[in-house]
This record gives sequence, C-alpha cells and structure tokens, in this order.
Amino acid sequence: MNLDLRLDTSGDFYARKFQPTKSENTLILNMGPQHPSTHGVLRILLEIDGEYIVRAEPVLGYIHRMHEKMAEVMSYPQYLPNPARTDYLHALAWGWAHVGAVERIMGLEVPERAEYIRVITCELNRINSHLLWWGAYLLDLGAFTPIMYSFDDREIIMDIMQRITGSRLTYCYYRFGGVSDDIDDRFVNETREQCSRMKERFKMYKALVTDNFILRKRVEEIGEISVETCRKYGATGPVLRGSGQAYDVRRAEPYSVYDRFDFNIPTYDSCDAMGRYMVRMDEMQESIKIIEQALDSLPQGDFIHPKAPKRAKPPAGDVYFAVEGARGKIGMHLVSDGGKSAYRLKLRAPGFSNLSLFAEVSQGILISDAVSILGSLDLVIPEIDR
Amino acid sequence: MIEALPTQLIIVIVGLVATVSFIGLNAILLVYLERKVAGFIHRRPGPYEVGPHGILQPFADGLKLVGKQIFTPTGADSFLYWLAPMISMAPALVCFLAIPFGPHLQIFNTNVGMVLILAFTGINVLALCIAGWTSQNKYSLLGAARDISQSVAYEIPLLLSILPIIFMTGTFNLFDIAMGQGSWPWQWFVVYQPLAFIIFFICALAETNRAPFDLPEAESELTAGFHTEYSGMGFALFFLSEYAYMVIAACVTAVLFLGGFQGPGASGWWWFLAKVYVLLLIMIWIRWTFPRVRFDQLLNICWKWLIPLAVINLLVTLLVIAL
Repeated sequence: MNLDLRLDTSGDFYARKFQPTKSENTLILNMGPQHPSTHGVLRILLEIDGEYIVRAEPVLGYIHRMHEKMAEVMSYPQYLPNPARTDYLHALAWGWAHVGAVERIMGLEVPERAEYIRVITCELNRINSHLLWWGAYLLDLGAFTPIMYSFDDREIIMDIMQRITGSRLTYCYYRFGGVSDDIDDRFVNETREQCSRMKERFKMYKALVTDNFILRKRVEEIGEISVETCRKYGATGPVLRGSGQAYDVRRAEPYSVYDRFDFNIPTYDSCDAMGRYMVRMDEMQESIKIIEQALDSLPQGDFIHPKAPKRAKPPAGDVYFAVEGARGKIGMHLVSDGGKSAYRLKLRAPGFSNLSLFAEVSQGILISDAVSILGSLDLVIPEIDR
Repeated sequence: MIEALPTQLIIVIVGLVATVSFIGLNAILLVYLERKVAGFIHRRPGPYEVGPHGILQPFADGLKLVGKQIFTPTGADSFLYWLAPMISMAPALVCFLAIPFGPHLQIFNTNVGMVLILAFTGINVLALCIAGWTSQNKYSLLGAARDISQSVAYEIPLLLSILPIIFMTGTFNLFDIAMGQGSWPWQWFVVYQPLAFIIFFICALAETNRAPFDLPEAESELTAGFHTEYSGMGFALFFLSEYAYMVIAACVTAVLFLGGFQGPGASGWWWFLAKVYVLLLIMIWIRWTFPRVRFDQLLNICWKWLIPLAVINLLVTLLVIAL
C-alpha cells in the first residue's frame, strides 16, 4: 500500500511540478477534472492539511478548442456560431461582442429595431445564465431542489428564444448589421408574460433559498475578495460588483441602446459569497426591468441593415469592443488586414480573470468553502479555456 | 430434530429471516418513496417509465446494481475492502431483533434492548472507516475521517437525549418503554420531553448520514465520500444499510417518543408502521429542502448546542423525578 500520499510520482506533469510546502502533515488532493463541483473540466491541485487548504493551483486547458485560431482561418460569417460555443450560458453576449467588433471596424450602422431586439434577447439570455448559476451553486452547497425550479423558468425562456433564434442554448442570432430574424407579437407577449411570472418566482426564491438559515451560514463571510484583489486580477462582473465596485460595461462604456434604459447596477459591500449571490439575484430583476422598458419602446423598422454585407470584409485596422456578459466584461480585440478572415482575434474571457484570484483567496479555508467560492465565481470552463 | 433446538433460537432465526425480508421490502419501498417524494418536491413526476407510475423502478435499480462489474481498486486490500459493506449491513439486522413492532410482534424481548441497538449501530462507523481507508482514494479517506468525527460526536447527545426516557421509565426494555406510554398522543413521551425528541431526531439524522448532515458522502465536495470506489453490490450494500439505519432510527424514535405500537383506537403494528413512515417522510422532506451544513458547523451544533441542551434537559428531568 502506498501510504505516502504527499508525493504523486506517478501523476502527470502538473502533479509532479506541483511543489508542496515544507509542512509534513499535508495531503495533495487532485480536484477535477472530473469532479461534481468543478463544473466541467476545471482541475485544481490542492495541498490540504486536514480539511484546510494550504495551497491551491488551478490547472486549465482541458477544453481548449482554439477558438482564437479558428477566427484566423475562418471567414467572418463562418465564425459567427463560434463565440456562442465559448460561453454556452451567455452565448448571445459573446455573439454580440463579435458582431459588435466587426461592425465597429466596418463602420456599419445597426437599425434601431435590431438594437432593441439584441438588448431584449441578450437580457433574456442573461437571466437564463444567472438562473442556471443559481441552481448549480445550490447544488454545490448540497441543496438539490432549487436547480429544478430554475430549470422550470429556464425552459420557458428557452422556448421563447427557440422560436426566434432557432436554437436553445448556443444561439447564432446576431448578424453583422442586425439580427437574423425579426421578432413577432407572440414573442413580445410571451416575454411579457414570462417577465411577470419571474417576478413572482423571485419572491419564492427569496423565501425558499435566500432566507434559508443554513445557506446564509454557508455563504456569509466566506471567500472575501477585496476590491484590490479584484483589480489585481482583473475580475469583473458580479464578482467585482459583489465587492462594492459599481462597474458595469453597460453603464461605464455604453454600447448599443443601453443608455436609454433606466436600470440600477446592484452592488454589495460585503465582498463575500453572499454579496456575489445577491448581486446576481438583483441583476435578474434589473434585466427584467430592461426587457420591459425595451418592449414598451420597441421601434418599427428593419431588423437588419438593408445594405449589410453578406461576406464581411472589414478594412485593415484594429478595434476593441466590450460587452457586459453574465460573468463580466467580454472583450474582443479584432485585428484585420483587410482580408476575408481576421488577422488576429483576441477573446477576453471574464471567467479567466475571475478564476485566477481563486489561488489567493482559497488559502487557509475549508474544502467546503472552496467549493462555495468556486461556485460563487460562476465559472464556465469552456469560456476560460476558449 | 426441530424439537432439539431451543425455542428461543428458532425464534431468533425465523426473526432474522423476517428481518432481512423486512429490510429488503423497506428498501424497495423507500427507494420508490424517496424518488417520488423528491419528484413531488421538485414538481416533476419522478420515476414514471418502468411499470405503472414507475413502481418497478426499484427492481430495475436492483437488477442494474447486481449486473454491475465488481471492481476492486489497484492497491486496495481486497479482503478488508469487501468486508466493509458486510460489516455495515450485518449489525442493522441485529438491531431489528429488539424492536417491538406490535404488542405480540417482537422477536427478542430483552431488558437491554436500547443498549443492544446503540451498541450495534455504533459498529457502522467501523465499516465506513475501513471502506474509506482501504479504498486507496483520498476522497474516500476524507469521507471516512469526516464520518468518524461526526458519528463519535453525535453519539454523545444521542445518548444524553435517550437517558431522560430511561430515567422516566426505569428500564432499557423497548417493549416496556412503549407500554409505559398511553395510546393517545398527549400521553406520549414527546409531550413530556419535546427537547429530547428534537435533539434525538437531529442526532439520528446525523448518525444515519442523511442530509443536511450527509458530510461523509458530500457529493459536491468529496464526489461520493467513503463509497466513491464501490461498484455494484458493494455500493448496494452501503445503500441498503443506510436505508436500514434510517428505518431503525425511525423505529427507535417511534418507540421512545411516539408511543411505539400504541395508538388511538386499536393498538397494533399498523400504528407503529404509520409512525415510522411519517418519520421517514420527514427525513426525506428535510433532505430535499435544505443545503448541506459545513463540517465545522456540524461539529459546532453538536458540541456547543446539542450536548449542553441535552445535559440541561437531563438534569431538569432528574430534578423533576427526584421531587
């Protein structure tokens, strides 16, 4: 029996490279890539002393699919479905970042109606993403039931989106200069209905889950991330807003028609997992506010620019376009040499920055809390590995 | 031939056979019940495909588990590794011997019934410890370590919450404890000892590793804890023994606090089963409602709340009895 559990000589490169501290009483634990709470294929090497984590090191790259390289070999329209595959939960925001970057470099106008449609669908998608995070986070904390309730709501939103976009999860809906299909009255009515339904559901979620005593004990004062740490690692989105910094790309550098809507940017000063939890719960309600305003003032007109090019061929130059995704700031840096495909496309994944602070935050905490913190960062591994 | 055997031995053997079938039937019913109740709480139908309303689902599950490959991890001590599920299951059978199911339905009426059950349920810790240690898996090891500290800690308030009942009745005999209570709900010990009842029920949840205290097998932290490596019938035995201990916990709660087989109208095993199943349903309900507590919180609840409260409760009871 191999009782020396500290040294993993038979392990792979990362396991052998992982240097434990000088302490004698520690154990190296390989968490992932197949682990229920690492959401896919994240792998974390942990050095633990009893149940306390001494050192943690995330190992990435298990679902690296070369999305950036693909942008260099595929033509612009061919690349349209790809961004949705990076972050499958908030697919539309990634699609928006891509078409937005191309539109900006080409100087292409987007009709007003298309902008409104984009806002509505993107916010519906954000609610979907947060709902899945909510269910999965509680699954990490050991409560099985909430994910069923959140999928109940997600199902309705996906049905609404399916009719218009043609897909349920990895949407390819936005085109250069607009969207692929117009929305109809049925979409508007169903969305309104769902918005009013969601408001009732949020009350139940609060009573059932948010106010639960055990949940509060599990998330309050756990994983405190200061604003300085967020700045150091470039964390954005709900992680940064949960630390009290009201930074939201929709407000900080408004794109599309977001400056026309009245919505708050929820922030919490507690810096803990509860802060990030509350930010996401509030954000869903803000998204509903935005959707209702957009539906009220939905203009008539084209859903795609009449002279939108079928085969986009932007002029040489480089452009950066950022949108607010469910996990933070999604940025696309596009460099074009005037050809059919991008010379270089850099994707800025918010999850990557959010994960990188985990090694610092997780020192000296319990394994259960590490799971709670990982969940509260809302990681989507395909987005991190790209 | 039969006449040569002592009657008591025949009763025990027949009782053991009956107990095994009772555990098996209960497990089938509980698996179905658990999944249906979970479905009801989740607002989904639950098992629905195998048989009408999915009633054949437990049999399909059992068949699947029997058909699985028996797998021993590399480097594991295979003797101890396969001994562990058996050690886990065997004491559960013995515990049922002392439980009075009805006025004339008790296999083995002994005046140390309560002690017998407490002693034999304690063996389960050993099984989980062996399973975790011999699995050659760090998650299993962590699960076993958690289970030992959890079980040892929770046995103290468990005993302390039973003692008031023992002092009130002056016996360890479960039959006499059940007879000591009247048939109407206000004559049951739960009315005289509400605090002990709550402490006992919490401890029973923790001892049987049920949510929200299912830390030895905390799925999101330790994948599956001590039974991570077990497949097929090894896993099935752990599963079965978990359900058996749940039933034992519910039975003991029913006898100690809810009047056992006594009930309004005609007393009998039907009242006993009804009480047991209500308690089991409450356990299932709790499991599908609450998140899991953290390990240090679990021990804090035990050492800082349950034990002091149980001691105070015991002292007050003694004072009242003495006066």
